[in-house]
Amino acid sequence: MTDPAWTNPLRDPRDRRLPRIAGPCGLVIFGVTGDLSRKKLMPAVYDLANRGLLPPGFALTGFARRDWADQDFSEVVSEAVREHARTPFRQEVWDQLAEGCRFVPGSFDDDAAFDTLAATVADLDRERGTGGNHAFYLSIPPASFPVVSKQLSRSGLATQDTDQWRRVVIEKPFGHDLTSARELNAVLNDVFTEESVFRIDHYLGKETVQNILALRYANQLFDPIWNSHYVDHVQITMAEDIGLGGRAGYYDDIGAARDVIQNHLLQLLALTAMEEPISFSPGALRAEKAKVLSATKLVDPLEETTARGQYIGGWQGGQKVVGLTEEEGFDPESRTETFAAITLAVDTRRWAGVPFYLRTGKRLGRRVTEIAVVFQRAPHLPFDDTMTEELGQNALVIRVQPDEGVTMRFGSKVPGTAMEVRDVTMDFGYGTSFTEASPEAYERLLLDVLHGEPSLFPGNDEVELAWQILDPVIEHWAAGGMPEPYHAGTWGPESADAMMARSGRVWRRP
Amino acid sequence: MIVDLPSTTTSAVNRKLVDLRDKGGAVALGRVLTLVIVTDDGAQAEESIEAANAASREHPCRVLVLARGAKRAAARLDAQIRVGGDAGASEVLVLRIYGPLAGEGASVVVPLLLPDAPVVAWWPGDAPKVPATDPIGRLAQRRITDAGTRGAPARVLDVRRDSYVAGDTDLAWTRLTTWRGLLAAALDQPPHEDVEAATVTGAVDSPSTDLLAGWLRSRLGVPVRRDRSGPGGGMSAVVLSRRSGPIELSRPDGKIGTLSQPGQPDRRVALQRRKVRDCLAEELRRLDADETYEAALAGLAEVEVRAGKAGARRSGTRR
Repeated sequence: MTDPAWTNPLRDPRDRRLPRIAGPCGLVIFGVTGDLSRKKLMPAVYDLANRGLLPPGFALTGFARRDWADQDFSEVVSEAVREHARTPFRQEVWDQLAEGCRFVPGSFDDDAAFDTLAATVADLDRERGTGGNHAFYLSIPPASFPVVSKQLSRSGLATQDTDQWRRVVIEKPFGHDLTSARELNAVLNDVFTEESVFRIDHYLGKETVQNILALRYANQLFDPIWNSHYVDHVQITMAEDIGLGGRAGYYDDIGAARDVIQNHLLQLLALTAMEEPISFSPGALRAEKAKVLSATKLVDPLEETTARGQYIGGWQGGQKVVGLTEEEGFDPESRTETFAAITLAVDTRRWAGVPFYLRTGKRLGRRVTEIAVVFQRAPHLPFDDTMTEELGQNALVIRVQPDEGVTMRFGSKVPGTAMEVRDVTMDFGYGTSFTEASPEAYERLLLDVLHGEPSLFPGNDEVELAWQILDPVIEHWAAGGMPEPYHAGTWGPESADAMMARSGRVWRRP
Repeated sequence: MIVDLPSTTTSAVNRKLVDLRDKGGAVALGRVLTLVIVTDDGAQAEESIEAANAASREHPCRVLVLARGAKRAAARLDAQIRVGGDAGASEVLVLRIYGPLAGEGASVVVPLLLPDAPVVAWWPGDAPKVPATDPIGRLAQRRITDAGTRGAPARVLDVRRDSYVAGDTDLAWTRLTTWRGLLAAALDQPPHEDVEAATVTGAVDSPSTDLLAGWLRSRLGVPVRRDRSGPGGGMSAVVLSRRSGPIELSRPDGKIGTLSQPGQPDRRVALQRRKVRDCLAEELRRLDADETYEAALAGLAEVEVRAGKAGARRSGTRR
């Protein structure tokens, strides 16, 4: 797209104030009436506009099965923005954005609707100067990907020439096992080149997740101990306190492992365990992630190193909640797991013998995502046992959400005449050191799509490697009957604790 | 919470801070910088604190407001500590100094700086001629002035250029960032032709317009003209001439900008004047030397200045 011999005289690497404003372009959202679109995408578009990061003449087109005109659509966007945007509402910013709002009604199998969409996009190039650059955000069930990408190809919307780009953005799940992931990739790559496919894992857009790289590679303090000589094990947790009411259509048959471990948790593992990339270019970063994922294996026997559960009714946070099988829309016989824990080994020199424990679940104690690196005990303690009775293992915890930050746990003397050592924590909070107003993950990721910057998007190979890791345990569970029940509001089934106890460890209470 | 400590000393203020932390939980330990605001006691002090509170949502910091009161009085320090809801996400210490002490502000600031954290000094109104040698400027890694608050901004910018030291910056420069971003993004797009000349139009009292002209001159190395319109209204238009036709970014009403390019529809963009709080938040984001600002100041000397439409030509002679 850009002439490599030409450099923009107004750009200077030392001029780091200069914002990255995207070039002329437009965004088309499919499934624009969905929750994600209303709560995250449309507000993110407005926030970007408000921060002055969208190009002049930016266009936002909605596609859905609704009998709306452009005005109705911009009314819907306006409502979503007022309710969910992070930055304050400013009329002049909104007016500019609203001028570029278009709506195309239709269903995915309707050829005429896609022809209208193609005409709308061409009109936008003429009226708003979007320059033939368009991103298609598929906020729709994966089952519709084939028909939509076929339609995009048929109506000529996917065709790009040298001066223009067309990109497609998709959300998880990227398939439900290795075979289906490959099929999905084939369908998309049939129409779009791999460089034009952006798979969103919104965790990678979070500041705290990007901070893992800064923490590890910008500091001298942590890297020397970031290996099996000092680390005892690593726990990666993503817990949610909500249940699955209303999400039966999506979640039944998918389960916690496919929904969360395959993408978010394995990406967090990759960032925690990978070697230092030679640079922060997208290629180098993805290469290191792919390397560490291909060295990652399940630990046998799966019966003893994994656990799964399904929540049953109980009291959570002061509210009476029902179990999964009583949730609206779920099969009363459902065998879908809502809690999953697995043990992984990373077969590299750095991590030999260090287990990585991954767990996720719904209706757990509270909503929290964190990576805890737990260190070995000091090899020799010049104290007698009673002095260090209350001393645990040192730990470094990266709190991904909420209350983003880093916690360190270490021993400290308890004030008094006797020598007694107890655990204390030292805290770094993003909120108190930097910012209460850090950008939402979707803002960052949408902007990266418009710039064509793929660093924060998992590549094709990473998705397939993750399925390769996870497939055996899903098959093992499928053969194994019902998941173990656990009460809502607790930290999962007993088998999860038993799985840790076998190696003499315990789950951290996050 | 607001705690008043009339006629006090800095050690008493420090003791009170530790005391507040013990009672109310960790207030300041995670702060990453100290912002020193130097101002005269009065309405301006309060305005500046408000801007700093808003900016602190992005950069929680310790804010020291040095409000200089009457010089003809007995030496006295009145301190006020604001934490929690009254201080945004930061903690604010308002230090009112009177009498002989009013000239010795640095002595009050030193004991209250956060350990090891960078110091930023901001003069919302009158700034010292050479910020870097000012006693407070010397404590700071970064010194923020505002050429937009005074008359005769052109002369102010000349002073800034002559006294520039790495770490200096000016809010008139910060106000330009969106314009600069849009212009750079416009040049990113094909056709990739060289810019042959540039014209910048803005109010006679708009230092930002001067700086934009200086920046274009320093980056492009082509003749740049600065047209002066009547006072008020800030910057109104930039034209970059290229072989295929001009790129024009104009903002006649101070709110909505229009970007025109040959062969393309006019594109409109919200381009309102930036508030002080937004500019301050941007300033606090970078604590290193701003070489681009230095180059823009230097480029200023080579800009051709024209007064109004009927005005006489005055070329490259700003000194």
